Amino acid sequence: MATDIVSAFATAFGLIVGLDPTFLAVVALSLKVTLSALVLAAVAGLPLGALLGITRFPGRGATIVVVNTLMGLPPVVAGLVLYLLLSRSGPLGGFGLLFTPGAMIAAQTLLILPIVVALTRQTTEDLWGEYGEHLRSIGLTGARAVPTLLWDGRFALTTALLAGFGRASAEVGAVLIVGGNIAGHTRTMTTTIALETSKGDLALALGLGIALVGLTLAINAVAFSAGRIAARHVG
Amino acid sequence: MIRIARRSLVAAVAASALVSGLAIAEEVKPAVGRSIVVASTTSTQDSGLFGHLLPIFTAKTGIEVKVVAQGTGQALDTGRRGDADVVFVHAKAAEEKFVGEGFAAERRPVMYNDFVLIGPRSDPAGIRGSRDIAAALRAIRGKGVAFVSRGDRSGTHQAELALWKAAGIELEAAKGAWYREIGQGMGAALNIASSMGAYVLADRGTWISFKNRGDLDIAVEGDTALFNQYGIMAVSPVKHPHVKAADGKAFVDWMVGPEGQKAISDYRIDGRQLFFPNADQPGA
Repeated sequence: MATDIVSAFATAFGLIVGLDPTFLAVVALSLKVTLSALVLAAVAGLPLGALLGITRFPGRGATIVVVNTLMGLPPVVAGLVLYLLLSRSGPLGGFGLLFTPGAMIAAQTLLILPIVVALTRQTTEDLWGEYGEHLRSIGLTGARAVPTLLWDGRFALTTALLAGFGRASAEVGAVLIVGGNIAGHTRTMTTTIALETSKGDLALALGLGIALVGLTLAINAVAFSAGRIAARHVG
Repeated sequence: MIRIARRSLVAAVAASALVSGLAIAEEVKPAVGRSIVVASTTSTQDSGLFGHLLPIFTAKTGIEVKVVAQGTGQALDTGRRGDADVVFVHAKAAEEKFVGEGFAAERRPVMYNDFVLIGPRSDPAGIRGSRDIAAALRAIRGKGVAFVSRGDRSGTHQAELALWKAAGIELEAAKGAWYREIGQGMGAALNIASSMGAYVLADRGTWISFKNRGDLDIAVEGDTALFNQYGIMAVSPVKHPHVKAADGKAFVDWMVGPEGQKAISDYRIDGRQLFFPNADQPGA
């Protein structure tokens, strides 16, 4: 076992430094799927979350509870639901999306969206409590206050997006079901790790895992530094 | 200040919407090249056979083959739902049922390999070197030695259930702590057997290419009951009009034709042949 772990680090190092083309293609697909899902979830989730934060309507409490619950939606369940929807025998089968990266993006969007909505709701609700009166006094009410609140909460919201990114890049259950783990088409880092584990190549599987964590670390470092620089410029 | 903030936010949202729109458009746009989806088994994928066969087929026909590796039961269901153009599995009775239901016009035999009973070198059931799989299973049951079952309706799982039955053991009644159904693929079953020192039925191809053997070795092999036949079927366009019937048939014809059969017999790991083509064998 100890030799497996040592050899895993050597494998990870070799994969990253050696720029193995197959490995790079897998990394590129993983990033493309996860970042696309993140952008979709942000475009839909940030405004929705802000609206949920500042508006009052019957059933709002129940909506918040449902959204919070969906943050814990097991990826394999999200994958199964989408599988049944996107299957040729399902209601959305006509699009032929099953076993394509598009299906994987849809699955991860489904997983991230509740996180973005729930955390945006909390952030904007707090900001609204603080600045609501001021915003109202300059004529920004309801939906018109949403952009301002999102802008003011941008640093907290970056963390929400990073949480979403983390959930999507780490999950394997959903993309495995709707993507099918097809070599060269829908094989991501996590599904490769699952596959290599099942082939008994534990060193390679762990090596890929180390590379995945390294990649996530790099992305978080960039986001953190960008936030620091931006905060300094704002003053 | 607020106005500037709002303007840049709107710009940011518009830009990200554009980016994601492009990403989606790229996904939805139909592939330029021809391609088919083949639902097959973990044993064919994990053994590396497809990595050997598919480039040869694609180079000849220009048809790209996307393999979704599942257990045989799940692969057949994928075909039933119309989510695959070709199904390539190993459970003859289930395949004939698939044809009988009209999901494929015909089943063609392709190749065989065999199952091997894998177990720890310490051989707690005392069966190592035997060629009698029924006696070996009775010994495992009798001594209550740990046995890992795929438990996933795969071809290997169905073969295992048939072997217990042939050994005269009523599994439902005999099941106990010794019998562990894991509901996972072949590799996962071998990993678990390796870590708990259990016996497990495996297809020889996956066993030969499996790397995490630990203390495991072949306990029983060579019994004719351990024969493992693979069959291939193009999903019927009558049931699912959208399937790529012509390209699917091209793949089936290639697999059972001389070139595919030769490519199968050419596939070796460490000099050992993993699969034996037999498309021309009647009744296979």
